[in-house]
Amino acid sequence: MKVVVDMNKCQDHGQCVFAAPDVFRFDDDGHLVHLPDADDTRREEVEEAADVCPLQAIRIGD
Amino acid sequence: MNAAAAVAATAAQPPVVVAGASMAGLRTAEQLRAAGWRGPVVLVGDEPHMPYNRPPLSKEALAGDASFGSLTFLPRASVADVRWRLGTRVVAADLDRRTVTLDDGGTLTYAGLVAATGMRPRRLPCPGPRRGRHTVRTVADARGLRAALARPGGRVVVIGAGFIGCEVAATALALGAAEVTAVDPLPLPMVGPLGELLAKALLDRHERRGVRFALGAQVTGFEGDDRVTGVVLADGTVLAADVVVESVGSVANTEWLDGNGLDLTDGVLTDEHLRVGGRPDVVAVGDIARFPNARYDEVARRVEHWSIPTDTAKHAARVLTAHLTGTGITVEPFAPLPTFWSDQHDFRLQSFGAPALGQDDVRVLDGDPGGDFLAGFHRGGRLVGVVSLGGRSTSAAAARHRAELLAQPALGAGSSGGPK
Ligand SMILES: Cc1cc2nc3c(=O)[nH]c(=O)nc-3n(C[C@H](O)[C@H](O)[C@H](O)COP(=O)(O)OP(=O)(O)OC[C@H]3O[C@@H](n4cnc5c(N)ncnc54)[C@H](O)[C@@H]3O)c2cc1C
Repeated sequence: MKVVVDMNKCQDHGQCVFAAPDVFRFDDDGHLVHLPDADDTRREEVEEAADVCPLQAIRIGD
Repeated sequence: MNAAAAVAATAAQPPVVVAGASMAGLRTAEQLRAAGWRGPVVLVGDEPHMPYNRPPLSKEALAGDASFGSLTFLPRASVADVRWRLGTRVVAADLDRRTVTLDDGGTLTYAGLVAATGMRPRRLPCPGPRRGRHTVRTVADARGLRAALARPGGRVVVIGAGFIGCEVAATALALGAAEVTAVDPLPLPMVGPLGELLAKALLDRHERRGVRFALGAQVTGFEGDDRVTGVVLADGTVLAADVVVESVGSVANTEWLDGNGLDLTDGVLTDEHLRVGGRPDVVAVGDIARFPNARYDEVARRVEHWSIPTDTAKHAARVLTAHLTGTGITVEPFAPLPTFWSDQHDFRLQSFGAPALGQDDVRVLDGDPGGDFLAGFHRGGRLVGVVSLGGRSTSAAAARHRAELLAQPALGAGSSGGPK
């Protein structure tokens, strides 16, 4: 499953990090980093992360 | 059973009807699918648009940094087969007969009903002209206000210094208003939900950036013939105004549920599983739901935060699906951790938990109120909420307390440990 984050939209709310900590995290400088290819067993978590992003910046490709 | 027979069987099955096709409605449809409801779903919404994201309406989209079209939510693939009845209003419901009536004269019989009709802005009952007075709830509202604010050099009066009022005041200033004044009967902006310490810090920040305040002031009327030219205060002061924004709270859209013996005094009262009126086939979600939060106590409250449509949708959809499919409820009572943010000027407020419940014992946890800081709200000595005020790194500090808030045992009266 492809995880696409529009970094032009991202405003570091971090809600995705709470929803799917295995796929999204903040690096030491406080910037969001994510796995662009996540295992399909993580789909529900990633869908939740997309739901809770206030900027709607997360998309799932297949 | 062949495919055609399966389709026919589905068509005969009554749908889950979702009244209100915005964020809470969409999320509930998605969560019904996630919970295993395979039957039909109909979303009825009176706005002509597909569900869209409202927070930017007082911020980025109002400022012109985001187009209104870009606010539309991208629905999950699982709801590709739901039926959208947009531009259609639900005007009545009969919960005994399981029907809702639509404004086009149609009637829908439901297997399950979801109340997701949200709020509308409260209006001031004061006399005076109507033109030039705006509210901000819908894309249509925000388009109108953006057009009005696009004329630079205007004098803007924002009535109500709550979340939306403060956000709009900041955005109006950024758009080049000559003068922005926020009026509120309370002595400080946002003091209700946030308490004095934060409210004072906010007032100071807004004033330093050029927003003026008329606090402890009641609006008694509007001046102008055809369009508003001034806002009249109780002490006789008139604030000259080219644009007026009324952000004085909201009213729940519950009229369509009248006549069913429900408690609709402030939104729709639900039980601990978001069920309405003791019925297993009716749930309420989003801004309209007045629910007890087992995390805190047994008092039912409405919570107008962006996190709540998603949280309520998930819980209500599981409960409703369990009833409709006869599998029984296996979830704990609803106990969300509320969270909200608010972007104003160049700073952000970020909250986790329920600061309103811990206003009697507020402690600075990090930083100091003159600059970026983090406040902890306590009830019975325990942390019930954290709110940060400052730049992005300050929000990250608030987020670090989230796990601690989640780990707190329930405070509810008579609760023994409470839900996880
Ligand atoms: C301008 C603005 C800025 C915000 N900013 C923030 C923020 O920064 N942070 C934050 O945490 N929260 C914010 N919020 C709050 C958040 O957006 C709301 O909590 C959320 O939108 C509620 O969603 P809802 O689906 O419950 O209600 P709504 O979005 O109000 O949806 C209800 C829908 O039902 C429709 N409807 C009403 N009556 C009927 C009827 N009889 N028949 C059919 N349809 C009907 C309405 O037209 C509407 O489309 C903001 C809200 C607004 C308005």
